[in-house]
Amino acid sequence: MDRRFFLKGLGVMGCSAAAHPWMTTLTLAQGAPALGENRLVVIILRGAMDGLDVVQPRGDRDYAALRPSLSQPAAIDLDGFFALHPALGDLMPLWQAGELAFAHATSTPYRDKRSHFDGQDLLEAGTGMDVAPGAVRDGWLNRMLQGLPGVTAETAYAIGREAVPLLAGPAPVRNWTPEQRLTLSAQGRLLLEQVYHDDALFRDAAMEAFDLTEAGAARPKREAAEVAGLADIDRLVDFAAVRLVADTRIAAFSLAGWDTHKAQGRELSRSLTRLQRTILRMKDQLGPDVWGRTTVMAMTEFGRTARENGTQGTDHGTGGAMVMAGGAIRGGKVYGAWPGLSEAALYDRRDLMPTMDVRAFAAHAMQGLYGMDSGLLEATVFPGLQMGKSPGILL
Amino acid sequence: MTDTTAAFRFGFGLPLPEGAPTTPEAMMAALRGPDLAAQTHFGGGGMVELLPLMENMRLARIEYKKNPDKKGAGKAERRAVQATHAMATVFMRATIARAVDSPDGLRERLAAFWADHFTTVSRSKLDRALPGSLMEDAIRPNLTGRFAALLQAVTLHPAMLIYLDQVNSIGPTSTRGKRRGKGLNENLARELMELHTLGVGSAYTQADVREMAELLTGLTFVGDKGFAFDQSRVEPGPDQVLGVSYDGKGLDPIKAALTDLARHPDTVRHVSGKLATHFVADTPDAGLVEALVAAWQDSDGDLGMVTQALLTHPAVWQAPPAKARQPFEFLVAGLRALGISGADVVAMPDKEFTNYIAGRLRDMGQPWHGAGGPDGWPEAAEAWINPQRLASRITWAMEVPARLVDPLPDPRDFAARALGDRASEVLMVAAGRAESLREGVGLVLASPEFNRR
Repeated sequence: MDRRFFLKGLGVMGCSAAAHPWMTTLTLAQGAPALGENRLVVIILRGAMDGLDVVQPRGDRDYAALRPSLSQPAAIDLDGFFALHPALGDLMPLWQAGELAFAHATSTPYRDKRSHFDGQDLLEAGTGMDVAPGAVRDGWLNRMLQGLPGVTAETAYAIGREAVPLLAGPAPVRNWTPEQRLTLSAQGRLLLEQVYHDDALFRDAAMEAFDLTEAGAARPKREAAEVAGLADIDRLVDFAAVRLVADTRIAAFSLAGWDTHKAQGRELSRSLTRLQRTILRMKDQLGPDVWGRTTVMAMTEFGRTARENGTQGTDHGTGGAMVMAGGAIRGGKVYGAWPGLSEAALYDRRDLMPTMDVRAFAAHAMQGLYGMDSGLLEATVFPGLQMGKSPGILL
Repeated sequence: MTDTTAAFRFGFGLPLPEGAPTTPEAMMAALRGPDLAAQTHFGGGGMVELLPLMENMRLARIEYKKNPDKKGAGKAERRAVQATHAMATVFMRATIARAVDSPDGLRERLAAFWADHFTTVSRSKLDRALPGSLMEDAIRPNLTGRFAALLQAVTLHPAMLIYLDQVNSIGPTSTRGKRRGKGLNENLARELMELHTLGVGSAYTQADVREMAELLTGLTFVGDKGFAFDQSRVEPGPDQVLGVSYDGKGLDPIKAALTDLARHPDTVRHVSGKLATHFVADTPDAGLVEALVAAWQDSDGDLGMVTQALLTHPAVWQAPPAKARQPFEFLVAGLRALGISGADVVAMPDKEFTNYIAGRLRDMGQPWHGAGGPDGWPEAAEAWINPQRLASRITWAMEVPARLVDPLPDPRDFAARALGDRASEVLMVAAGRAESLREGVGLVLASPEFNRR
């Protein structure tokens, strides 16, 4: 069967009242949140994060020569072979507590063209190189929702002003950005409610919007502004946390700023500080119980060149790293088979060789969190994926 | 049949610009006549102007990459990029200005419809102004011509060839393919069948897509020439698409296949259905779609005749205004109702244009030339009126008019001016009770009456 035509049919299938053959182990009590208690947060790191600098293979004998300037600052030892970029240093307690993990030498199936645009398309569509970029119109996280019974709009949130194609598709999803304002006088709001009263579409959307903006305004401002330059992250994470503690189980958003062609030392630190803040704040805002049921996966469109370039940066590459956090993961470990950095071991003699499909990690997470069948994950959510043996990333 | 229906369904609302036609006959006459708005506002932006800018930019980038330290190389590159951006911005402002001012609103709405049907999106600095050039070169000249002519103009245009990767498609056994080990890219071939003509789920197979991709090899873009046909990329041999064999040299077999696709019954039904959906209802009247199909078949795809059939069908004038105005329509209608002219939009300082218009389009979910994929913008009202996007509309309605208009009009007068006989009693009362002119005007612009068509 042609893969694409199969995918097209899925939306219809997901909406029908027919039995859901996807669910193998999970039975849901009526009225319970569709996905049980487990939370999944997916962060798209736009711009191609340099996995080799974030999780540095200090034990690889070729590493230092490839990265004469980038290997200079001290890194924090993780396991005797890999070391953590110092800008993620505040995450070390999570590493020690088993709540932080990495996958290395991983990538999407995207190869050779090294375009951000196409690479992100593929990452979010969850397809392989056999499907033209943009040909599959829904994202893999939406296709997962299409297969789950009892999903409501509240189940999944795409957060931020930027589109999150990862969550786009026929399954209902809410979009919201904590930056959204909706300022009206009390009288103005009353009148608007009257004007919308007989139009359910406008009325319901407006009520929801009022609720969401009020929830945002109710948070103490002082706390959010404490750390300069990170207030937007705090607002975003706080919003996500409030929803995740309530009925939301899936949240997705993106962090930009990873395209470090020059002065990577400074540029990457800035972006890692934001990622670190995202994770720490999420843990803090979710509280121990919910954090204990949470899996955070931060993935990027591709890695960067093994060699640093002439401007103390790196260029578009292939294999990279994924960051995982949360109380639900088996942390304190760098997952993946290390291919080495000798010239012969590199992809195209220039990039880290991917040894595992990043989609496989996500698929195993979905299977572990929501009991999804591997046949359906491989055929439909990630068409063409071979999940392989479970890497055991979840507790 | 009322002027209000004509203004909302086929234009950008009230008040109608001076001289605006409101009967189907007069609307068709205007559409078939000269494009008057192109004479008042910038009517360019096609490849003729764009090509030298793109080529300058390409050369400046090569120069900069070769000699990054050479004095002025970086500056020259930035200047070249800015020139292309400036063209894209001028085009955007002009498109809004034309929609605000033009008495021939139908022309502007049709141009937007076809630009969406044939969506292109810029993916790099180099092609920032390409989607505009597609509208100018391929769409606007073909609004009342044959669909086959429109399809051909769009398919052979650099904007489409670049966006859907045709420029990277090389016949695997062509001269060039054998030498370089390169292969086919099926993107354009697939979207051509799935989106532009036959429609998803119609009777074509993956084999048809592949054969179509082989047939399309040779179409490309060359920096100093624009559109080009490169024989060295052509996959040799005949190609069998939907049971018809196409063979021969040059563009002729490609044009023949496009003509056949344009005429295919699935295409006729798919595109007729889209027209009815866009202009009339998310689930259009079946009789209306049949009427468009019949007009298409009787005229061999004359889009003037199809449009006329749309304008003259009774269902079009009876259907309730249940569709949501897309953000572009909402903003244009809002500016017009506030008395802001196209010239005002063109003269607006950059910062204000970004803060009040371009950025707001993005907030409302429709960034300029920024659709998420080649399938373009959604039609369903629910896609546009959700909490976040409606909040952005309300915020625009409450904040921006006071920054653009001084003094603001009386809200009840404004409601009558912007909505004609559509203003409900509830809205008129609410507009009168608002505690400020600002919120009164905002209520009108945020109302379902103003946001639906």
